[in-house]
Amino acid sequence: MNEIWILAETKAGKVAPVSFELLAWARSLGGPDQIHVTAVLPGPASDPEELCYRGADAVMHGTGRRLEGYDASISAKFLASLLEGTRPTVFLAAATARGRTILPYLAAIEGLGLTADCTSLELDTSTGVLLQTRPAAGGNIMATIKTVRGLPQMSTVRPHSKQPLPRDESRPVKVRTCSFEAEALPDDGLNLIEERPFPESKGIADARLVVAGGKGLKKKENFAAVEVLAKQLGAEVGASREAVDRGWAEYPRQVGLSGRTISPDVYIALGISGAIQHLAGIQTAEKVVSVNTDPDAPIFAVSDLAIRGDLFDFIPALEKKLEGFSPAE
Amino acid sequence: MRIIVLVKQVPETDALRLDPATGTVVRSEESAIVNPLDLYALESALKLKDADSSIQVTAVSMGPPSAETALREALAMGCDDAVLVTGREFGGSDTWATGRTLSAALRRIGAFDFIFAGEKATDGDTGQVGPEIAAFLGIPVATYIGRIGWLTGAKSADSTGRGRPLLRVERVLEDGIQVLSCRAPALLTFCKAAGDPRLPELAGKRKARKAVITKFGFSDLGIKQEETGTPGSPTHVVKVAMPNLTRKSEIIDARTEEGMNAACDRVIELLEHKGLIVRGRKA
Repeated sequence: MNEIWILAETKAGKVAPVSFELLAWARSLGGPDQIHVTAVLPGPASDPEELCYRGADAVMHGTGRRLEGYDASISAKFLASLLEGTRPTVFLAAATARGRTILPYLAAIEGLGLTADCTSLELDTSTGVLLQTRPAAGGNIMATIKTVRGLPQMSTVRPHSKQPLPRDESRPVKVRTCSFEAEALPDDGLNLIEERPFPESKGIADARLVVAGGKGLKKKENFAAVEVLAKQLGAEVGASREAVDRGWAEYPRQVGLSGRTISPDVYIALGISGAIQHLAGIQTAEKVVSVNTDPDAPIFAVSDLAIRGDLFDFIPALEKKLEGFSPAE
Repeated sequence: MRIIVLVKQVPETDALRLDPATGTVVRSEESAIVNPLDLYALESALKLKDADSSIQVTAVSMGPPSAETALREALAMGCDDAVLVTGREFGGSDTWATGRTLSAALRRIGAFDFIFAGEKATDGDTGQVGPEIAAFLGIPVATYIGRIGWLTGAKSADSTGRGRPLLRVERVLEDGIQVLSCRAPALLTFCKAAGDPRLPELAGKRKARKAVITKFGFSDLGIKQEETGTPGSPTHVVKVAMPNLTRKSEIIDARTEEGMNAACDRVIELLEHKGLIVRGRKA
């Protein structure tokens, strides 16, 4: 039996949906007689049983005042304390800001290998060897990586690269509380002053639909048209690096390896020709639609629907047709 | 007060394009540059130095001897001194081994208040080395930093450690900004929201050309071969493949009104099929 751990995350006091994707990843590594999946949940959450409904065989719920999340070193030390008891074969976290900070800290403390932002994982359940595949070198190559020293083999996996499993309330709930007295640790000097959520927005990383604009919009005033269309569609606004560099959109909206890699159900690229780092950043989008006047725009090659035409014609034409529709809830 | 900025030399990837016909990468002439995200770390440190010239900013890089070029660029921007960690023994280091090696080098450099670094390097794209170094040094880490400013400045620190310098840092996360206070010593990794980096001026370039760069080799660091380079790396690349990013495209010529109409219909159909829009208007 291979023991698989996932690092669950919380958001506003509940288990964050990205945790369910991690459970789907974990379950995909082998059958129920080959793997046992434990979700590790640091910090307060009112609904740890949800992790069981979504595929976890067991939950280790860490409680303690300093596990709230902004201090990665505390969470990493909590995880290290759990590893003293048992060594799972595999430990997965999401390649989110949180996962990408906590897991490397843990890797260094424990002397373990860690592969970042994987888009494919394969476990040989008889040998326990995990093959971890990720885009590298600006998305130019796919590298498959093996951990040659120490257990667990650790990876962060790209958010939205797998659908969560359906919720199943008949699955047994097994939650163990692990208290972590971080108070004993010295004051590490990081303290929360305030949190300012982005207004009316979930951000592009979690969006199911992203409408993005690029250089083809020509000027800042025109970029507003992308925002209007996005609003009508209930979509999040994205931007190419050029658009952000020109000050048309804020950096958190930047799509691509130099901004955020995203995996929406549908990605609509308006006036974006498609630098390689942008294309690599939308690799795991389910469907890509692009509008461009240039028939040789690289984005066309990675689009499911390539529309050769003027985006200034496309936007009003689509808006007119959308009059009979509303965004889904 | 000393701030160390970690700098990596990376190949320029911006000029790369995807050949739409073959789906393969077209390489234009590649050149080595300072990792773009490291420039935000450099700028953030140098801005603090602008306001308080007593702050010493030291650039540190690990890489082949040619990485000296990246350090000279950091010096030209305004860093006070630079250290290159270089040696055959370090070759093939993964993020763990790089973190181990650089943390040994930082220990050797001695006292520092903050370590600044880019959030990730554009070639490896892991973002792991920063938090790993923090863990090796036993100091806290805050990632994805945009703007920073003093809550308690460098000058207020006394020898007892009370009133240690305290920064206000803004983390740019997926769904919002998280503002933290951060006491020295700590490691911070910066993203683009930190603000545009400065360009080196002529006087800076002249100074950088003449500057002596300190070099640390394997024997200077007091680490074992099994802690660095390929032997020290817990991960190994076992296979490399060209990704196929290309999709089977449906191409619609929308240069006519008719074509655009058909194109929009296809988009609506797709959005409806995916359950992203529903027929009817909201009450």
